[in-house]
Amino acid sequence: MGPKSRITLVLVLLGFALCIFIERSGLLSAYILQISMYVGINIILTLSLNLVNGYMGEFSVGHAGFMAIGAYVSSIITVRVFHNQMGPLVFPLAVIVAGIVAAATSFVVAFPSFRTRGDYLAIVTLAFNMIVKSVLENIDALGGPRGFMGMSRLTNLANVYAWCLITIYVVRNFVYSNFGRAVLSIREDEVASNLVSVNTRQMKIMVFLIASFFAGVAGGLFAHVMQFINPRSFAIQKSTDILVMVYLGGIGSIFGSVLGATVYTVLLELLRPLGVWRWVVGPIMLVVLMICRPTGIMGLKELSGLIPREEQVLKEKEGADVVTASD
Amino acid sequence: MIILLLQQMLNGLQLGSVYALIALGYTMVYGILRLINFAHGDIFMISCYFGFFAACAFLSKGLPTWLAFIATMMVSMLLTALVAVLIERVAYKPLRYAPKVSAVITALGIGLFLENFTLATLGPTPRGMPALLPNVNYRLGPLSMSSVQILIIIISIVLMFLLDRVVQKTMTGMAMRAVSYDKTTASVMGVPVDKIISITFAIGSAVAGAGGVLYSLAYPIINPYMGVRIGWWAFIAAVIGGIGNVRGAMLGAYILAFVEVFTPMVLPSSTYRDFVAFTVLLIVLVVRPTGLMGRVTAQKV
Repeated sequence: MGPKSRITLVLVLLGFALCIFIERSGLLSAYILQISMYVGINIILTLSLNLVNGYMGEFSVGHAGFMAIGAYVSSIITVRVFHNQMGPLVFPLAVIVAGIVAAATSFVVAFPSFRTRGDYLAIVTLAFNMIVKSVLENIDALGGPRGFMGMSRLTNLANVYAWCLITIYVVRNFVYSNFGRAVLSIREDEVASNLVSVNTRQMKIMVFLIASFFAGVAGGLFAHVMQFINPRSFAIQKSTDILVMVYLGGIGSIFGSVLGATVYTVLLELLRPLGVWRWVVGPIMLVVLMICRPTGIMGLKELSGLIPREEQVLKEKEGADVVTASD
Repeated sequence: MIILLLQQMLNGLQLGSVYALIALGYTMVYGILRLINFAHGDIFMISCYFGFFAACAFLSKGLPTWLAFIATMMVSMLLTALVAVLIERVAYKPLRYAPKVSAVITALGIGLFLENFTLATLGPTPRGMPALLPNVNYRLGPLSMSSVQILIIIISIVLMFLLDRVVQKTMTGMAMRAVSYDKTTASVMGVPVDKIISITFAIGSAVAGAGGVLYSLAYPIINPYMGVRIGWWAFIAAVIGGIGNVRGAMLGAYILAFVEVFTPMVLPSSTYRDFVAFTVLLIVLVVRPTGLMGRVTAQKV
């Protein structure tokens, strides 16, 4: 274990201690605690969508659909199957199952992506989002359009923190693995990467599986913060929110996603005193940012601490950016 | 049963005509900029408000209803076109050579802005469009149709026909097609690209403006959120037909309207219509990845 990973480990453990301390001591108000959990959930969503939109270069606009599946599945497990008993024990399991079910449904999007690309795939994902919402609205056993309630507040700060770390860890290691490189090559040119024997279909399935798994996890966490979910909260507006966070932070950057999710969530809360005008000022700020800095805050750059050492050496040797924008 | 079918087909034609007018705006902008203009649904909503205020103003001046109707159409089309050109100049033009997604995000932002600006200034209360035209019911045997219904279908078809002629036969239309084919070469050949793009936005939104007035005549309740659903549906229509293709958008709009009208007849509840519409969309895209009438472009390596 090198010095760098030892420092990381200490920081991670300190983070956990801090999470538990903050929650037990009641140092922060319930409101701030809630917002911090939202920040965490949004980081998970943003990072997983960044995998599809930023690294693979597709334009998915249906991420909230996977989130919805995760939210409903986890709620069914904790409320209907276990009747809110053994909450803290069952909850991690429920969240994992939620992720797996969401990942399983991602084949609906992954298979069309073999033939369809770009704007048309965007529309497939959009359709997926709408279909999920529409189906949920029509299942009376799940409350239909009224929604589903009865979950106890099982999500806590330590939980969210743990899942955030897992997401960052998985995405970071995936991106800098051989698979990650194959995914990047799909973004740059799919036909060419096929020609150098990248199994693009396998890569696409893999990326959609990972992305939707974490979206499902985020949905599970979200449902147990809100303690009430209805199909409307996973409409296309939610997907748009996640998209905005991805592009605000900058595509193809892990730190960018963390930053984008945090800035967007906190900013919208800070604008709350503006009332109705909040949603007028917010979009204007977004448009101005896009015009002044079209690649987002980080703009394809990565925090150097997140890049493996071998990669940094390689970069210095070549003196060129390994990662470049596609268009 | 047959009568009910025919009656519903008439309703489908009416709804489809309105969808087609909005879908045209999506498809024209996409054709020329390769940009999904997500703000278009909200531009349609704005046009309904323009129509509402114009209609109220003209009626209070005591204009005869037919004249008021024509004036309202004109005002709404003009103002909507102005707003769209303004948006294009301020928000989209600086991003013409930026990554495409930044423009899409900007479009989403503009849509949210329009929606919430309307909400903040005019309030969430729905407004009732005044009846501009006397609504006479004609009976054709067992079928009944209203004058508004007939008018909507006729005006839409005339507008679509005119638009199709403009794109196919005039110099401006030729320039539009040239820009959509290759922006750089078109500008080398002396086509004023910026001007043509602005004209495209203006025409697409003016048609949506006409759609807005006609829609609010048929379904006379307007609110700041109406652009979201209708905008998405028109967008799906454009995609089913093959986005970027003007005739495809019209075809897609009528298909989608029939889906919407006939779903409640087959399935128990009208809440399934989103499900059916999007399933149709998915199937179309899986079978024909570029829509029913979309061109399949070869990829260069």
